[in-house]
Amino acid sequence: MIRFHKVDKWYGEYKALDQIDETVKKGEVVVVCGPSGSGKSTLIRTVNRLEPIQGGAVYVNGADIHRPDVNINRLRSEIGFVFQQFNLFPHLSVLRNIMMAPMDVRGMRVGPAREQAMALLEKVGLAHKADAHPPQLSGGQQQRVAIARALAMNPPVMLFDEPTSALDPEMVGEVLQVMKQLAHDGMTMVCVTHEMGFAREVADRVIFMDAGRVIECNTPEKFFSAPEHPRAQKFISDIRHA
Amino acid sequence: MDIDFTFLREGPYLGWLLMGAMRTLALFAAAWVMGFLLALLIVAVRASPVPLLQRLCMAFVGYHRNVPGLVQIFFWYFGISQLLPQSWQDAINASHSEFVFALIALSLNTAAYMSEDIRSGIRSLPPTQFEAARALGLSYLRAMYRVVLPQAVRISVPPLVNQSLSLFKSTSLAMAIGVAEMTYVSRQIENETFRSMEAFAIASVFYLLMSFLIMGVGGWSQHRLQTAGVH
Amino acid sequence: MTDIPTILYDFGLMLLLGGYPNGPVGGLALTLFLAIMGLVCSFPLAVLLGIARVSPWRALALPALALTSIVRGLPVLMLIFWAYFIVPLMTGYSVSGVTTVVCALVAYETAFLAEVIRAGIQSVPRGQVEASRSLGLSYVGTMRRVILPQAMRQMTPSILNQFINLIKNTSLGYIISVNELTSAAYQVSGQLLTKPFQVYFILASFYFVICYSLNLGVSRLEAWTARSAKPQLART
Repeated sequence: MIRFHKVDKWYGEYKALDQIDETVKKGEVVVVCGPSGSGKSTLIRTVNRLEPIQGGAVYVNGADIHRPDVNINRLRSEIGFVFQQFNLFPHLSVLRNIMMAPMDVRGMRVGPAREQAMALLEKVGLAHKADAHPPQLSGGQQQRVAIARALAMNPPVMLFDEPTSALDPEMVGEVLQVMKQLAHDGMTMVCVTHEMGFAREVADRVIFMDAGRVIECNTPEKFFSAPEHPRAQKFISDIRHA
Repeated sequence: MDIDFTFLREGPYLGWLLMGAMRTLALFAAAWVMGFLLALLIVAVRASPVPLLQRLCMAFVGYHRNVPGLVQIFFWYFGISQLLPQSWQDAINASHSEFVFALIALSLNTAAYMSEDIRSGIRSLPPTQFEAARALGLSYLRAMYRVVLPQAVRISVPPLVNQSLSLFKSTSLAMAIGVAEMTYVSRQIENETFRSMEAFAIASVFYLLMSFLIMGVGGWSQHRLQTAGVH
Repeated sequence: MTDIPTILYDFGLMLLLGGYPNGPVGGLALTLFLAIMGLVCSFPLAVLLGIARVSPWRALALPALALTSIVRGLPVLMLIFWAYFIVPLMTGYSVSGVTTVVCALVAYETAFLAEVIRAGIQSVPRGQVEASRSLGLSYVGTMRRVILPQAMRQMTPSILNQFINLIKNTSLGYIISVNELTSAAYQVSGQLLTKPFQVYFILASFYFVICYSLNLGVSRLEAWTARSAKPQLART
């Protein structure tokens, strides 16, 4: 579903991604973690070309997403992306936020779009907020709406860039709940997150990154109980002490 | 449509253009200096605790911001000159009064706008600056003059540069009362030689070059005056 | 000073309406007409120019920058003279002073409004663009549905400020004998001969009242948008 093939990326002199070579299979839930500056956010943002790459290739559903001649809008509509800062559209109601992309990009009519949006809001537990505007919602509520908005395009894969890092602790749970449900329903997911509990529960694999490189890649049980690489071990012990 | 600049060599036109440019620059420079100094004064007076003075300053600024520049010039040249004693009026009519009245109007106008720009610069300064100066024993005026205003002016450089640009372009309004600045001269040349395109092109190039120069000086001074820690 | 009410009584209509109904509309009515035409005609052009200014395609952004810089670097009077000269050349007819002034004001206002719009567009957080593009919206779709709606809200006070400037700039119509408010006052003063101070006092007052009221309106608007933009605090 997603394939990183020898991906290199530089920010000027600084090498942000170094020969990344990984595959995410359909239905897999992959958690990417690591210390800050490790390149994990950069990596996930290369998948829908929010960040360009200078070397290698990223394939999503077989398409080389960084090729200049590719229809980037169509490819992006098939990748769901959830931001750390939610990035809901404040000038639109919650319902309109979810309806906009299917109507504008896929030409869906108002009626079906509204039905679909309400169904998604039910799914994330926010049907009663359909007519509210984003600034009126809490962070956790906004993020759940953001997930619904991404799901509205029925993407085969969902990407999460630190979805709970900007939330107050008491709201993290409600968002993780939605994500766990998605995972149980068989969605292919790549999550950059610090939430180790989430990783242990639903992840098929954990990818640990440091300084732009994939250091270790393992099942959650193995990774959290017995990390192999010294830097991974340090990371795990740092987290335990937090 | 043919373009022909040879008229510059025949006749006095090149001289006119140079005189026009110089008058524009003279008007600009004088109005800028007078306006800036007056603006500082207005700012200091406006900040004083006397309500009457505050309201006078507000009225002054309000008038100059809500009335067109051309009308301000007319008001001085036609309106206020009439109120002056007859002997003054005769003396004025004998000399180049248009330039003086235009200068007065433009200076006051600029002072009003600049005082507002500097005031917002002051407002963005933490009030502790003024308090510290007073606590050290400086009088009100010295505290303003030595501590607050220098910092406020630096912060205000971008809007002040915009205002300078605006002033420079406003010098063209003086043509309405007969000041032979650049725009007036280009119009005169057009009237005499019918070379509209060439005359206006020369004037336009002059204004554009000076505008870019002013913006350049503004950028340079902002760079040089950057004080550490000032946002 | 006591003759001011008399002057207003005798010439008020002339100042407000110019020669109408015995001639074309002038005075304050024409001033407002010029300003409104200037704003309405320049707005769509300014949106296009503003978008061009922020465009990632240099073939679009650089000419846009050149255009705005040139128009903004020239005095409005020069623009009026250029319009006076160029518009008949382009259309083949000789045009009225009113048309000339409208063209010049539109050119001037387009350049300034484009900068306002550019600033408005750039004030929308980047995350909005990223979210919109991630959903698959094109550049145009993002501009239409996400950026411009949000930018417009921010920009309304600045646009109104530009309108106030337009009203003041209409006074330059005097130079090419367009019979707007300032020209009308000049004529009144010419008729009365001995009362220029009173006439120009009245003239300044007209502009003052109009522009000051509009400025008050803008302040109210800014306060209102600041209040309604404050997010109501989170209810978990």
